[in-house]
Amino acid sequence: MDPELLDIRRHLGAHPPFDGLTDDQLDDIANQVEISYYRAGSQILASNQPINALLYVRSGAVEVYRRSGDLFDRLGEGSLFGHYGLLRGRRAQYPAIAIEDTLIYAIDADGFDQLYETDSDFADFIELGRPRMAGGTETHTQNNDRMATRIRKLVTRRPLIAESDESARAVAGRLADEPSAALLVVESQGDDPRYTYADADGTLWQVKGILTDADFRARLVAEGRSVDTPVGEIVSERLVAVQSDETIQEAMLAMLRHNVHHLAVIHRRRPIGVIRLEDVVRYETQSSLYLIESIFSQRHTEGLARLLPDVRNAAVRLVRDGADSRTVGTALSSIGRSFVRRLLELAESELGPPPVPYAFMGMGSMARNEQTLVTDQDNALVLDDSFDPQQHDDYFAALAQRVSDGLDACGYAYCKGGIMATNPRWRQPLSVWQRYFRSWIQAPNAERLLHSNIFFDLDNLYGEERLIETLQTLIATEAGESPAFLAAMSRNALNRTPPIGFFREFVTEKDGQQNDSINVKRRGTAPLTDLIRIHALACGSQAQNSFERLADIKTTSLLGPGVADRLSYSLEVLSLARLRDQVLDIENEREPDNNIEPRNVPAKQRAEIKEAFRALSDAQKFLRFRYPMPAGGAQKRGR
Amino acid sequence: MRLTADRRGRWHDWLQDMARRADTQSLRDFYAAFPDDSDAAIGDTPLVAIDLETSGLDPRQHGILSIGLVPFTLDGIAIARRRHWVLRPPRGFSGESVAYHHITHSEVEQAPDLADVLPAILAELQGRLPVVHYHPVERRFLDRAVRERTGSVFRFPLIDTMEIEARRHRRPWRLRLRRLLRRSPASIRLNDSRIRYGLPPYEGHQAVLDAIGTAELLQAQIQHHYSRSTRVGQLWV
Repeated sequence: MDPELLDIRRHLGAHPPFDGLTDDQLDDIANQVEISYYRAGSQILASNQPINALLYVRSGAVEVYRRSGDLFDRLGEGSLFGHYGLLRGRRAQYPAIAIEDTLIYAIDADGFDQLYETDSDFADFIELGRPRMAGGTETHTQNNDRMATRIRKLVTRRPLIAESDESARAVAGRLADEPSAALLVVESQGDDPRYTYADADGTLWQVKGILTDADFRARLVAEGRSVDTPVGEIVSERLVAVQSDETIQEAMLAMLRHNVHHLAVIHRRRPIGVIRLEDVVRYETQSSLYLIESIFSQRHTEGLARLLPDVRNAAVRLVRDGADSRTVGTALSSIGRSFVRRLLELAESELGPPPVPYAFMGMGSMARNEQTLVTDQDNALVLDDSFDPQQHDDYFAALAQRVSDGLDACGYAYCKGGIMATNPRWRQPLSVWQRYFRSWIQAPNAERLLHSNIFFDLDNLYGEERLIETLQTLIATEAGESPAFLAAMSRNALNRTPPIGFFREFVTEKDGQQNDSINVKRRGTAPLTDLIRIHALACGSQAQNSFERLADIKTTSLLGPGVADRLSYSLEVLSLARLRDQVLDIENEREPDNNIEPRNVPAKQRAEIKEAFRALSDAQKFLRFRYPMPAGGAQKRGR
Repeated sequence: MRLTADRRGRWHDWLQDMARRADTQSLRDFYAAFPDDSDAAIGDTPLVAIDLETSGLDPRQHGILSIGLVPFTLDGIAIARRRHWVLRPPRGFSGESVAYHHITHSEVEQAPDLADVLPAILAELQGRLPVVHYHPVERRFLDRAVRERTGSVFRFPLIDTMEIEARRHRRPWRLRLRRLLRRSPASIRLNDSRIRYGLPPYEGHQAVLDAIGTAELLQAQIQHHYSRSTRVGQLWV
């Protein structure tokens, strides 16, 4: 390396994507640089001008404009531009102007092409600005690779198998010698092809369930049944299984979601083993599972409240270990749900059994399984239609108060907007809820749209599943059928827009304003989940989680090719940025919040975040076009 | 402008004259191809930034240690075309300047004499208007060195980015500049000028790096104080 190029090389090498290049690649690139100076205010690129080089800001600052004249990006030292044009017919897409005296390194198109073809990391970085065909899945694969311990690693022995007509006594005898204390119960005929397999003799078997010590206790001894009872009668019917190539992370989540301690491990439809909670715990240092155990063993609110540091530690550990936002969101939501359930159990044991069936409904991020470390409570009570306010409401008001106070004590602050079951308006029988939801869909106004955004992410936290399912089905079938509602939701979803990106230690706004920090929830994840919700409603998806909604949306033609993946990728990037900053807050003993400060964001993530903002902005523009106000709709509303 | 029409005209005649009577073919070719039209626009003129590292400031006692150059235009400085020669000065050199330039003794011991590489250097300069920072050094050292080896005078118009800087600031600045000159090496003065145009400081004072820095500085100066259509005769000295 010639010493005179050291400076150029060192500068390039300190900025992505060049920081990932080998020394030889970096030498090549540094050697190809052509340097040009631009005085502040002078034009670097004109729209549609032929372009034959990738442009790198060595010093100074550059603004890139859309053809409409809107600011597209503001770039500081170490930033790239011109790559869109290079990839699209070698013509500049957007005009670029030096806003300070600027020194540009132009990297010849041939050198760019060569890197683009041969270095996939470099290509990925450049590609960020284009619709990624497999954006979302790619991210998840990467994260899985990072936590690549497959569940099959935990399977150390073949599963014990008992036929369903074997007696409990005989099976207990076999189990007594086994440390695993769990075995698979199979039966010769079944109707679920997912769990049907052929043994070495070609006989078809279906796995019925996993038999554990708990089954012997609960369904045999406690019920005073004979030891000759066939195990098929005492095994719990709900089989939870994972594929052998799923990660331990995923197995853990399956246990969390289903609240079970054993999983059947399936490889090509054959059961190859049973793993236990302890097996997972031994491998995983994350304490989410222990935490949930701990929640359910608390006897009063004070004990639950003392778990707050553990909740934070669990999340910090997950984020530090490189978990993706879905994993962290699901873990935190499971923890949140467990608090609610435990508080309800404690309240019921104090107040007595409920006078009519009810469902405790969670909304917002908990329903979507997208909780972060900063969250307030959004909840409601859906009561059976036999509810009589005179007779029953005292009970449910007391129940709601206990849960709400308890949640607040545990770090889930009261909802400022009063969206809580303590509010009589949100403590109603199913028929009232149905009326609410229908009126919101049929005659939206500002308040109803606000409510729709909160309540139309809903999930059962405790109680009668069917009550919530009825409401979920109502929303999924009726909201999508109302163009006026979708149009109103779409307009509403445009109230919060993303900034352009980061410039030095500032956030750049579309009007060129700069700020020190940005509320990434308000300006990023929230508007993104808002617009995903609208598309999900439009296609009748019953999913609550935004990633699952996007998967449903992807099967329709609501969005252009690749857009759902791009949004999925963007949501991951923004959610993770938010979680990382919260973890940073906790590690620095600050109260976590939803703000991120550009100075805390590494260069590579800045580019990802900028692209995520851009994807959100594009998707917002498309929304108004996709769900226009039906003719006459606006008139009706005006009257 | 200080430069008189007469002086600009003299350069033209001088170059024509030298193209005929210089002592070697490569020198005659160099003079013949020199962009001598003082009315040509700077934006259309091929340029070459040159920086010398010398063992001292007096051409009678000191010699050239290295020559760095990079051809360029107002539109761009092509790094790949840079050239660098380490030379062995005929009168030896002091360890002090060697340390400053990061050129090792053994490098210099094994280096060729200017006479051996002069044709190659002239080929790089051919057809381009040289640009330097503080021209007395380059002009006097190059002239002396070439004259010693070929017997021919080696003088030609140059653009001096430091002289352009001095024009901006009239007399008081020139006085200050002269005082400054006695203290600090040219490359440090180059960085001082560059800072005024928002150009980044470069680390190290290697001849090619200073040539690149000088080329960047001229691009900046033209954009700030002149234009692409400014006549070269208005700029050269």
